[in-house]
Amino acid sequence: MHRARTLYDKLVDRHTVRKLDEHAQQVLLYVDRTVLNEYTSPQAFTALRIAERPVWRPAAALGVVDHVNPTVVGRIAIPEDAAKQTSYFAENCRDFGIEIFDMKHAMQGIEHVVMPEIGLVLPGMVIAAGDSHTTTYGAFGALGFGIGTSDIEHYLATQTLIYKRLGSMRVTLDGDLPPGVRSKDVVMALIESIGASGATGYAIEFQGGGIRALSIEARMTLCNMAVECGARGALIAPDEKVMTYLSKTVRAPRDELWRLASERWLSLQSDCDAIFDREVILAAKEIAPMVTWGTSPDQAVKITECVPDPRMQADPVRRHAIERALAYMDLRPGQPVNTIQIQAAFIGSCTNSRIEDLRDAARVLDGRHIASGVRAIVVPGSMSVRRQAEAEGLDRIFTSAGFEWRQSGCSMCLAMNDDVLARAERCASSTNRNFEDRQGAGGRTHLMSPAMVAASAVAGRLADVRQLVGER
Amino acid sequence: MQAFVKVRGIAVPLAASNIDTDVIMPKQFLKGIDRSGLDRGLFYHLRFDEQGSPRPGFILNQAEWRDAAFLIAGPNFGCGSSREHAVWGLMQYGIRCIIAQSFAGIFFDNCARNGLLAIELGEEEVRRLLDLVSSPADNVLTIDLNNETICGRGLEIDFEIDPIRKDSLLKGLDAVGQTLEFRDEIRTFERNYLRENPWLEQK
Repeated sequence: MHRARTLYDKLVDRHTVRKLDEHAQQVLLYVDRTVLNEYTSPQAFTALRIAERPVWRPAAALGVVDHVNPTVVGRIAIPEDAAKQTSYFAENCRDFGIEIFDMKHAMQGIEHVVMPEIGLVLPGMVIAAGDSHTTTYGAFGALGFGIGTSDIEHYLATQTLIYKRLGSMRVTLDGDLPPGVRSKDVVMALIESIGASGATGYAIEFQGGGIRALSIEARMTLCNMAVECGARGALIAPDEKVMTYLSKTVRAPRDELWRLASERWLSLQSDCDAIFDREVILAAKEIAPMVTWGTSPDQAVKITECVPDPRMQADPVRRHAIERALAYMDLRPGQPVNTIQIQAAFIGSCTNSRIEDLRDAARVLDGRHIASGVRAIVVPGSMSVRRQAEAEGLDRIFTSAGFEWRQSGCSMCLAMNDDVLARAERCASSTNRNFEDRQGAGGRTHLMSPAMVAASAVAGRLADVRQLVGER
Repeated sequence: MQAFVKVRGIAVPLAASNIDTDVIMPKQFLKGIDRSGLDRGLFYHLRFDEQGSPRPGFILNQAEWRDAAFLIAGPNFGCGSSREHAVWGLMQYGIRCIIAQSFAGIFFDNCARNGLLAIELGEEEVRRLLDLVSSPADNVLTIDLNNETICGRGLEIDFEIDPIRKDSLLKGLDAVGQTLEFRDEIRTFERNYLRENPWLEQK
């Protein structure tokens, strides 16, 4: 009998090596590929060395240095602890036969920017990696999710994971986005609406006309940040846009294999009568540019709105959370968010550092200059993105506007390298997490799209990009 | 992996929601290539001030809770980054079990892989536990995984845990070793799978 299945169901079923319980709620899941970084993988390799276990399929892993490397152009010296991580990483990749893009490699970049851009993320794959933003790969109809170091070890040794099936949530974006509104705003509006744990225990599938209209890069932003509402998987059924994107990548299959694969890929979708455990519908026309005011990604408002007043919140736990966030962020209840002054602006991260993001920000900055008292940096998502941007002259727009033009890495998104906010410094940031101390001890983060970061850097305060440029 | 059967110990209340892994283990403690020294990093910015001195107001710095073995937390505990260092730090500090209304998925799995028992309970039950252990005289609990019970003064709460997770916690099993028992099955699956998806064979 035909049982209607979601795309998520189909991917999990297709990768099930064996059921671990009666109802196949837990399965041994075959994983197609991983990407490794220098800070979550070392203990996994050490465990393999101690147990004298080989890597099951070395060709299905790629190592990329991204978290600890400096991004200042020409800076090569790194602190001793970071050097120890990068050298042990190189040693592990070499000894276990895994390809590595180290700090000086021409293809180096942020893992979730590098993997798709070279064509290593293919529709229908399951990809698990030691970084929570592995959900990015859902933009290609691949099930990507983050795992801890013990599961990296499990993957490397067995090519599988012990996996518990998630619930399914459909998020439908109805209609087209208004001018000046980006996929970052969509995902921030979703997180604000369902909460920071609203999709915990679920895999999201994004559907609807608004999603189809998005570019692949915009879809990556959406899937990337789905983890901020707890989703451990975010899928978009592959379409012709995915095929076009992949056909330009260096490692996608070619010729006969391409014909075979692309035909299969285009058939990957949820059955039309599949039932989702939860449904969320977003009206595109109601979404506006978003900014966070607090210390959790769900503490966000439209740029035209005000900082909330905790006294209006009846639930004591929520009220306390707002009070705590306002104290950390040093904000007043009722303050219009577009009056919040900033001292720093950051464009980068696996959420928003791809070429379209840089073009979008550069359009805002062209012919303008950042406000005095603001320091601004732009960190391209990969060295390929950096080269492409330079070929288009975007670097000159950024530097003329007063931005520093950097080399690639995770940089100030989590500040594991030397790109750090000072205590009490306030930053407009195109990243994904506004947690306390995330970008530096005592630093204050406001999340938003890259175009909004650019507009805010120019204004010296959080600003509505729609007022700066005649928007498409 | 350390086994968990029945543990008696002090429980510390941390009621805030969305306590993320950046708060549990800040980035400056992620610079090692082994698992050592993470007890110092646990809740670092909550426990220590800018000079590195303990903040007396933080509950783990108070004598009655300092030796906590259990943590009663707010919803969505462990959200954010996948860093397993958060779990290692909790265990190195001496935490054996965390009870919360909900956990972030990656963190929840990381707990299971390390023998840290993570128990999900309803909002009302978590509140009862938070209220109880907020009093130093009543902050000792006994958690019995075999019988799936949490006992404190005048209170007994049943909890549920999936049987596979329970079994591996009780026995302290090595998951990789377990899975490699299915080595031949994985090989067979892989061979068929790659034959049907030949484009996945190439790099």
